[in-house]
Amino acid sequence: MKHTISLLVENHYGVMSRISGLFSGRGYNLDSITVGPTQDPSVSRMTLVTIGDDQVIDQIKKRLDNIVDVINVTDLTEKHSLYRELVMVKVQAKSGTRSEIIQMADAFGATVADMGAESIVFQLSGTPDTVEGFLQVMDEFTIEECARGGVIAMEGAKKHREPSQTNTPPTKRTTDTVI
Amino acid sequence: MNGAELIVKGLKAEEVDTIFGYPGGAVIPIFDVLYEDPELQVILTRHEQGAIHAADGYARSTGKVGVAIVTSGPGATNATTGLATANFDSVPLVVISGQVPRNMIGYDAFQEADTAGITRSITKHNYLVTERTDLGRVVKEAFHIAGTGKPGPIMIDVPKDIFTAEDGDDYPESVHIRGYHPSKHGQAEQIQEAAELISQAKRPLFYIGGGMHISGAADVFNRIVDKTGIPTVSSLMGLGILDHARTDFLGMIGMHGTFAANMAVTESDLLCAIGVRFDDRATGDTSKFAPNAQVVHIDIDPSTMDRNIHAHVPIVGDARSVLEKLEPLLTKASLGPWLQQVTGWKKERPLVPPQSNSYLSPGDIIAELNEVFPDAIISTEVGQNQMWASHYYHFKQPRTWLTSGGLGTMGYGFPAAIGAQIGNPDKRVIDIAGDGSIQMNIQELATAVLSKAPVIVVILNNGYLGMVRQWQQMFQDSRYSSTCLKKKGECPEDCTEPGDGCPEYTPDFVRLAESFGAVGIRISKPEQIRPALEQAKGITDKPTFIECIVEPEANVYPMVPPGAGINEMVFED
Ligand SMILES: Cc1ncc(C[n+]2csc(CCOP(=O)(O)OP(=O)(O)O)c2C)c(N)n1
Ligand SMILES: [Mg+2]
Repeated sequence: MKHTISLLVENHYGVMSRISGLFSGRGYNLDSITVGPTQDPSVSRMTLVTIGDDQVIDQIKKRLDNIVDVINVTDLTEKHSLYRELVMVKVQAKSGTRSEIIQMADAFGATVADMGAESIVFQLSGTPDTVEGFLQVMDEFTIEECARGGVIAMEGAKKHREPSQTNTPPTKRTTDTVI
Repeated sequence: MNGAELIVKGLKAEEVDTIFGYPGGAVIPIFDVLYEDPELQVILTRHEQGAIHAADGYARSTGKVGVAIVTSGPGATNATTGLATANFDSVPLVVISGQVPRNMIGYDAFQEADTAGITRSITKHNYLVTERTDLGRVVKEAFHIAGTGKPGPIMIDVPKDIFTAEDGDDYPESVHIRGYHPSKHGQAEQIQEAAELISQAKRPLFYIGGGMHISGAADVFNRIVDKTGIPTVSSLMGLGILDHARTDFLGMIGMHGTFAANMAVTESDLLCAIGVRFDDRATGDTSKFAPNAQVVHIDIDPSTMDRNIHAHVPIVGDARSVLEKLEPLLTKASLGPWLQQVTGWKKERPLVPPQSNSYLSPGDIIAELNEVFPDAIISTEVGQNQMWASHYYHFKQPRTWLTSGGLGTMGYGFPAAIGAQIGNPDKRVIDIAGDGSIQMNIQELATAVLSKAPVIVVILNNGYLGMVRQWQQMFQDSRYSSTCLKKKGECPEDCTEPGDGCPEYTPDFVRLAESFGAVGIRISKPEQIRPALEQAKGITDKPTFIECIVEPEANVYPMVPPGAGINEMVFED
């Protein structure tokens, strides 16, 4: 099954290769990986999309958690979460098909990022399903190039107020004493 | 203070007394600081692999963090086998490598290698120091991470200009690493649940491993075994926690496990596994492993839970700490029929040393070692020698057993023995070696001679890469492809037996030892074993090689064929 795992990691040299190396070295599947800064400049967020049975996913999460530079591991698949992906696609558009293509794209909420004599570049951000559907439709015309940003995700906003919210920094799952 | 001086200050703050190392251009500044330092002894090995294994042997036998320094490029790449060996067996090391100056990184500078990239997957954690101001914190963190949780090797790659850069002399007293909080204690409910399962079981069994040594759990575990009367089996790495002589200790499980241990696992209804990771050489076919048992799994590494064997009660914590909480919850079990059964298995098929008419028996040699050196630290190489050592040496004490279990590194035993000897000057240290493996780090004879380390190397010379030959005999129809260590160009391809045309000695280990200034002894008859060992015992200022001409085609039994269940043992040719 597909799992989206969100990591908070130290913004250190080489962290990205530690994470991707875990997947390549142990033969785990990695569908997409994105990384970017957070509100705290010393912390980056990574979003991984991976596929595996429960046992493999369990191993992946534990092994990620074992990496010293990984501050926090959250499996968003188990939670109410929001997923977004950005895509740019360059579609062949000769004079006869132009308006039809633009109409289709519009129906998905995609916008025109650039237009040339024989092609149009659309951009769309949406859920992975929307992006997938959009690309399928565009594929009926001729896609010249496509660039996808990979999935980013986070837990949705809480629907209920929690008693006395404190603003504590993220810590690891295991809260036992340090030895 | 420059960077090199700060590192040395840090080493002293961490109570390091010994460094194994090999210099080169990129580490000249730190070797310069170590020059004439009375507090730190530097052992110059003859190869960086030897340095890391020596630091590893020092660490395993003393419980302290081992330290090594190597240069950039080839120094670092030579260190990799040592790092991978230590990483697999959870040995705490801090290894400092030199790197080319920061402004030359990425330009294919002389002796540049991506050390952090190369060592990332064979260390617990590693660093490339990019700022002089980070240096103190990095060294402090490295010692903390190496020695806590599930220990492991840490590599610190230090560009040469950081060694020489002047800056503050602050060495931090504490660490704070947001992403590193190994859980030590285990959860109370799970410990309670484990205690209940253990008490209800009719055929309970303890299965212990390397984590018991690391956490210092031998005392509390011995008390638990005395109190409950539950029998114990061990992994390769768990030997030495229980005295071999105890009737309730059934020996090692797995591919070359004892009949009693493998049968006990198979028939148990409760397996309490402590400080083990259920390695495939221990479990055999996992679907046939402990098929009737509920499994309680105690280990500090959460990723070992449910990896190979499902744990009904997983307890993530340090073995000692968890056992101390378990102890008061356990009582004497009434296990009459079960104990009868396990002692029956023990009597039915004890380990029998392979016998030979015209050659020495490896088992007999190790049996005599028990007489002459009952309290030695034993290291091994890899292969049949390693398995025979595990079968026939009578381990009694924790941290006296140094063997490359996870990686299976030939060439580990001799440098590890030197490191252990340097860390334990009052003990005798013996490397039980194969004639193939010993040649993989033979250059360390120079290190041993010059450090006056009286390491004894017992070479079980069978003329073969014996363990591989055994597999070829059993599974490849005796096609001894590239396993005969005496094979010359003109030898027939299909030779399966040494004969008159074979070179007598390649090398002549006696003269080889002597050429380094060590003592060499060769024995080929049973009555020579004892005098040779006694002679070696009397030599306390230099190493001794005892070359034992053993049966070329002796095999290690029992053996579980690869892919079979551990109860499906083969006992003879
Ligand atoms: C560095 C390395 N290379 C290859 C192997 C594969 N291997 C395992 S046992 C063995 C034979 C070892 O021969 P020897 O040291 O003579 O020991 P014996 O089995 O004869 O006692 C080999 C080649 C290994 N474990 N390590
Ligand atoms: Mg051999």
